[in-house]
Amino acid sequence: MFQLNSEGLINLEVNGEVRRVLVRPADTLLFALRERMGLTGAKPGCENGDCGACTVLVDGWPVKSCLMLAVEAVGHKVTTIEGLDNAPIQKAFVEKFAFQCGYCTPGFIMNCQGLLDLHPDASDEVMHEWLQSNICRCTSYQEITEAVRSVLQQAK
Amino acid sequence: MIPFDFEYYRPESVGEAVQLFEKLDRLGKKPVYYGGGTEIISMGRMNNIATGAVIDIKAIPQCTAMELQDDHLVMGAGVTLTQIHEANYFPLLAQAASRVADHTIQNKITLGGNFCGTIIYREALLPLLLADSEMLIAGPKGEKNLPLDQVFNQWVMLDKGEFIVQVRVLKPYLSLPYRHVKRTKEDKIHYPLLTICAMKVDDQVRTAFSGLCDFPFRSPGMENELNDKTRPVEKRIENALILLPCNLPDNLEGSAAYRKFVLSSLLASILTELEV
Amino acid sequence: MEYISIGKDVTRKDAWEKVTGRARYTADISTPDLLHGVLVTSTCAHGNIKSIDYSEAMNMPGVRTILTGDYYPVLTGSVLEDRPPLAAGKVRYYGEPVALVVARGEAQAAAAAAKIKIYYETLLAVNSPAEAMKPDSPLVHERPEQYRKVIPEVYPEAGSNIVHHVKIRKGDMNKGWTDSEVIVEGSYAMPPADHMAMEPRSARAEILPDGQIIIHTSSQGPFAVRKLISQHFGVELGKVAVHVPLVGGAYGGKASLYLEYLAVMASKAVDGQPVLIRNTREQDMAGAPGKLALEAKIKLGAKRDGTLTAGEYSFIVGTGAYADTGPRMTNSMAMNCTGPYQLENVWCDAYCVYTNHTYATSFRGFGHTSMTFAVERTMDKLARALNMDPLELRRKNAITPGATSPTRLKLTASNLGNLPACIDKLRQLIKWDEGQNMAVGNNRIRARGMACFWKTSNSPTDAFASAVVVFNSDGSVNLQVGAVEIGPSTKTTLAQILAERLKLDIDQVHVEMEVDTRHNPHDWKTVASMSTFLVGRAVEKAAEDALLQILRIAAIVLRRSPEDLALDKGRVYVKDNPDFYLLYADVVHGYKYTNGNTVGSQVIGRGSYIMPHLSPMDKETGEGHPGPYMTPGAQAVEIELNTSDYTYRILRAATVLDAGRVINPAAARGLVMGAMGMGLGLGSREAFIYDQNQQLQNTSLRTYKVMRIGEQPAYLVDWVETPNLISPFGARGLAEHGILGIHAALVNALSLAAGVEIDQVPVFPELIWKKIEEQKT
Repeated sequence: MFQLNSEGLINLEVNGEVRRVLVRPADTLLFALRERMGLTGAKPGCENGDCGACTVLVDGWPVKSCLMLAVEAVGHKVTTIEGLDNAPIQKAFVEKFAFQCGYCTPGFIMNCQGLLDLHPDASDEVMHEWLQSNICRCTSYQEITEAVRSVLQQAK
Repeated sequence: MIPFDFEYYRPESVGEAVQLFEKLDRLGKKPVYYGGGTEIISMGRMNNIATGAVIDIKAIPQCTAMELQDDHLVMGAGVTLTQIHEANYFPLLAQAASRVADHTIQNKITLGGNFCGTIIYREALLPLLLADSEMLIAGPKGEKNLPLDQVFNQWVMLDKGEFIVQVRVLKPYLSLPYRHVKRTKEDKIHYPLLTICAMKVDDQVRTAFSGLCDFPFRSPGMENELNDKTRPVEKRIENALILLPCNLPDNLEGSAAYRKFVLSSLLASILTELEV
Repeated sequence: MEYISIGKDVTRKDAWEKVTGRARYTADISTPDLLHGVLVTSTCAHGNIKSIDYSEAMNMPGVRTILTGDYYPVLTGSVLEDRPPLAAGKVRYYGEPVALVVARGEAQAAAAAAKIKIYYETLLAVNSPAEAMKPDSPLVHERPEQYRKVIPEVYPEAGSNIVHHVKIRKGDMNKGWTDSEVIVEGSYAMPPADHMAMEPRSARAEILPDGQIIIHTSSQGPFAVRKLISQHFGVELGKVAVHVPLVGGAYGGKASLYLEYLAVMASKAVDGQPVLIRNTREQDMAGAPGKLALEAKIKLGAKRDGTLTAGEYSFIVGTGAYADTGPRMTNSMAMNCTGPYQLENVWCDAYCVYTNHTYATSFRGFGHTSMTFAVERTMDKLARALNMDPLELRRKNAITPGATSPTRLKLTASNLGNLPACIDKLRQLIKWDEGQNMAVGNNRIRARGMACFWKTSNSPTDAFASAVVVFNSDGSVNLQVGAVEIGPSTKTTLAQILAERLKLDIDQVHVEMEVDTRHNPHDWKTVASMSTFLVGRAVEKAAEDALLQILRIAAIVLRRSPEDLALDKGRVYVKDNPDFYLLYADVVHGYKYTNGNTVGSQVIGRGSYIMPHLSPMDKETGEGHPGPYMTPGAQAVEIELNTSDYTYRILRAATVLDAGRVINPAAARGLVMGAMGMGLGLGSREAFIYDQNQQLQNTSLRTYKVMRIGEQPAYLVDWVETPNLISPFGARGLAEHGILGIHAALVNALSLAAGVEIDQVPVFPELIWKKIEEQKT
């Protein structure tokens, strides 16, 4: 049985690398990524699961890292925006001007990446259902929709 | 960021979990079973929950199982709402699950967590209330299978140390005609103004509601009225609404009067669509 | 003329850092020595603080100190100094900072904060602008007239909640009403709301042993932060360094100081150690300043042919518990109160009043967003009363060069733009003439509504910005400006202006996203959609300065006079013989002859630009010249209303604005669409909800809803380009304008479809149902 009784070291596999990280059992994955691993791409926007700015992939599925304990991620594969390498969705965001201030962008892109990996044939309806988990306050969403559609079309 | 500390345990069997609970409880840790944890984390951040230890049930095989067995569907309490939606064994449940919170959070919220949460809506319960489902409960006195109506009345009633391991639904219910409607104040991602799940069983409509009272419910009395085919639909609805188990609330999601308007019109379309 | 960069969809300079997670914002930069500050905020909307018990909190692990209002009593404000950064003696709104815990870890600080007990003696709270105006209203501030005025033109009234009163008196009202054949009136209410920038505010401060104060903050105004911190903490200006990295959205909300004061106090209390304070979402919504409330009454008179004859405007602006920029926004509404319509007889009284709600600061539109809603709803009512097409009515009265504004500013094509052309283009874009109210079957009605807007900045009359252009030895340049990148692609736009003026490829212009008040030249603030104009002009001047230097050096080397030379594509060449040229790289660090002699030196261009001819509004008549130029535009929304349950979908939304010159079409379109989205949010769902004790009810994104993907309409954006002669390439500001009239257009469409007059926002299906029920009885 895995357990952590107080602040201690855990192994987290993030972006293909196993890192030893000091956390309290009550620390969120978001905290561990940002404050213990320097991976600040995931952003605190509400720390309440409402905005999606902290979205990362856990075993390929988008998860709001503010609503996951760091200890819960032990034994799972975490991918953050820093783990993407020139992914088509990143290029599409650039080309379609799918961000302005950029704060929600890593979370949006990770959710998009999860969608593209798991449902490469997603309809607009499915895309909306997934991406409604994220809030962007600058763009109109039209740009983001176009970016995701352009990558979905490439996949098809 | 949760300001207080607790211990984290991830047992690998039901027995281990139960024993752990008893031990931690004896030590005064006020342990809680932990499914997706979304509510524990968000309430923890606001100091609205106090616990010294969480017992994560997601490494217990029975809790993450989801399969068709003989005559029924088994779903572990640690199965996520997304897994339910994607597997789609029980389309009504899949649909209800896919409208709880948002899609990403559905990847984390578990069935058991939704049942036992403090947020009043607990919409994943509605289909199960209609489907004569059973719950497998584990606790210090061992495991027991109970009909849902013995475990649930406004709240899931568990004794100290007990937790839901699995839910079972008989196969025929999985494919009966149904309707699911969730209405919000405006936005798709929002708490319900009201949610209705309806199922047609032996020519009778069954209905379960969320957002009308401080708890999800199914009301046999209301169903009697709704199925009273001697009366016109409007009258059946009017009579059913008299039997609501609470006064309709006035809250941020909407006024009581508006709820009544929406509820009546939705029930009318459901009755028409299900031809009852 | 063929441009290199202007008018091109240039990729944003910050694009790749933003899509890879490498972009850094204030709270992303953590160091092991950092202490954390966590605020304790008021749960009482109006009350005297009887006692604060922090004895238990003080003994919690990691706690360094706990500050309350008596630690550093100071009153702050950009117009009127009325706000203590930590409440002193009294709280005036739910969410107001009362205590600040400084601890080693953030969790430790939060744990201690939860143990602080504050006891209040509750006072009656002022719940709305109208309440605030009542003679027997409780007073939010006992002696507003005694506060220090930062600018002379603010007029708080003793014994009242009135912070400011501005008047417009233009023309002859008697004549106006006499000439009126049709008169309509309307009353409107727009609630307070939140900016909801995705990055909650954060600030970090440390004080070095020699007294230097180093601040990192998510701010739109690093130079304002420097000035006010210097002033309030008694430190020389040059000893305050303010760093602003990328900012995660602002929309006006990060233009005034909030956490900066607290971070400096916190650091001061722990011997200058670095302290970071980052707001939770809840604190950012309830505590930090938001959008103003407006209650408006408008009376319009017109001839039967639709010609406007008289307009009377009453605005009561709720600025919440503190003045902040409320008085300036009140001026702003008054100075453009007519909307973009020709009207000779104008009477406006605009009051800015205190209430016991979260205080207001600049919000996208600077008051125009709320003002335009009231004006444009009234225009639709007038059209209905006249039985006239609402678009025709607006087209007929659209203001044109030669007219004067409500502040009697003479309008020209350059400072006004071309609204009639915008309306004409909008008519095509939204297919207006297909009909405005159409039953499409299945209980569905499709309706179209429209609105017009205009806006200028209401800036300090000495607002200025500067730029420095430093050449690198390879012929590329570094552009240094004080503008912050809060999202609108400001730095890329400025790089385009520079590239164009220097005849360089955009890739040869380097910008850095962070602003450091010690490295970067001054900028007023990154606000008011003014940066392309204000900073852009400084960049142009710096470019000109640099080019003169290049020409001077090249003239020596090429043995011609500078006027014989021309520049293109990174080369300086002889006009009559383009083959005879030098590369910029050859001269910008001095030209070196083969014998080693070198002429010239590094080319560094300097430019500075101050807004011309601005003057404040006269106290009695409003006459004055408060802003440099207008951006006008026209907007339309098409909705589909389900008449069985009054839910509706927003199908299409269109904006045509006079952009003067579009510098970066893709970025500009994005800004306009994003602003439209925010405005549709305000129209359809966004509002602060207060209970009877004036406690804010919706302090999180669970209950305060903003638009999400899939809820947006199809956006249509087009331009008119009437050059603004004082701006780079003729550009007008456009970053906020998409918000201004879009909620009015939405509600005009909904009112038409539902057959009821809806005079408030947000419009939930329940509100339509209620209005229809009321009409039935």
